[in-house]
Amino acid sequence: MAEKKVIQKHPMAIRWFHWINFPVLGVMIWSGLLIYWANDIYRIGWGDKTVLKFFPDSFYKALHITHRLAEGMSLHFVFMWLFAFNGLIYVLYLLFSKEYRLIFPNKKSLKEAWLVILHDLHIKKGLPPQKKYNAAQRLAYTGVIIMGLGSLLTGLAIFKPVQLYWLCTMLGGYDWARIEHFTLTILFCLFFFVHIIQVILAGWNNFAAMIRGFEVHKIKPPAMENEHAEPTPTTAEQ
Amino acid sequence: MHTMEEKIMNTGTIRRKTLVAFGVFLLFIAACIFIWRWIHRQPNDNDTPEPLRYVLNNNEKIFSGLFANNHMARSYPLSAAAARVRVNGDAGMSDNFDASTWKLQLVRNAGDTQLITLDDIRALPKTEIIFDFKCIEGWSQVTRWAGVKFSDFAAHYHLDSQTQMKFAGLNTPDKEYYVGIDMASMLHPQTLLCYEMNGQPLPMNQGYPLRLIIPVKYGVKNIKRIGTLFFGNERPPDYWYERGYDYYGGL
Repeated sequence: MAEKKVIQKHPMAIRWFHWINFPVLGVMIWSGLLIYWANDIYRIGWGDKTVLKFFPDSFYKALHITHRLAEGMSLHFVFMWLFAFNGLIYVLYLLFSKEYRLIFPNKKSLKEAWLVILHDLHIKKGLPPQKKYNAAQRLAYTGVIIMGLGSLLTGLAIFKPVQLYWLCTMLGGYDWARIEHFTLTILFCLFFFVHIIQVILAGWNNFAAMIRGFEVHKIKPPAMENEHAEPTPTTAEQ
Repeated sequence: MHTMEEKIMNTGTIRRKTLVAFGVFLLFIAACIFIWRWIHRQPNDNDTPEPLRYVLNNNEKIFSGLFANNHMARSYPLSAAAARVRVNGDAGMSDNFDASTWKLQLVRNAGDTQLITLDDIRALPKTEIIFDFKCIEGWSQVTRWAGVKFSDFAAHYHLDSQTQMKFAGLNTPDKEYYVGIDMASMLHPQTLLCYEMNGQPLPMNQGYPLRLIIPVKYGVKNIKRIGTLFFGNERPPDYWYERGYDYYGGL
């Protein structure tokens, strides 16, 4: 019977956290847009010059975002629980399963991440040896956990600025907490954009591993036929 | 099986495991779509689907636990107060209002209404506050107000049994705008029956002669032009609650 090599990549728990987070974060960003519209004052620019307005009217119109503040708030304050609990349990899982060792950056990560970026941009060949994730991924996936915590805290500061006055003050006050909350959301969207591109580039085996847990590879031929052997697949990305 | 562990598996097993995993994945996607559509198919409770309203009401129970009488909205120096105060709503501010005959209708009990003049209220101890007024739309503005603390007012008029109730309800004279507020927030030391803005009598569009200033709530609860004040153990009607917003609105 035909046989293949299977590399166990993502534990079941992580796959569930990942896929639950996807629609939940989607609803949080969507409802956040419905809320943000009611006071859409942010832009990139200087003085009277605006490079990018958050958001152009055409954007609101295309997505039917206008005049839905109440709906946005009710969705946001319901799904926030799922976002918070899924994130919290995920982090606890990483810590207790020791899975964090494969995700959190180590001493070499900062230097190696630079090499990975040069490699991905086709500037330099060859990658440093890695385990589950390369250094750039370690930084990105740990960064996104911190961003999630940031969204939770800045969100709480906007939600209860009087009762949680200490939190609100710590984050620079009510106005700053709202700016930080918004900026984190934009960063989530940028993360998502890069993530999708990387997943597409990494190919089917990598994507499927986030669903079935494992990657499938041809069995390495015996040593004597090694001249034609394919490279070992442990450098697969994502 | 630990992460990054390798093993040899026959292709039949791989195919079976793959099918099961993708089957579960598709079911998960279907469940997400189903839940989303189910929520929106449910009957509305005050313009919000019942499941969402259920969570919002429970949020109130959880987050009102954070409330404490000594948690103050930050106060600001005089120099921070805006000279031009934003006017955002005009519900309940009908043109045919006769300020000269205005009296606050204080409903002590059903059928027992006391009429109180602005001079009566001005005679009570005056409290000034400069704080960051927060609108539910997301903007805020540092503004300066003065009036009598509701807790001082309640003490003066001996509203002991009334303040034992769960809610206060406030209406405009034309009954077009109305809010309900939990008693803990009403009795907060920064909650004012307010008759002055920036050291002057309230402008008409800011609720002359008397409005509520309640820094522990969003602006929507800071009702302008109070006509009637009453008490109860059930949620009094609330204008924006009926239009899909959270009842509590606490900050």
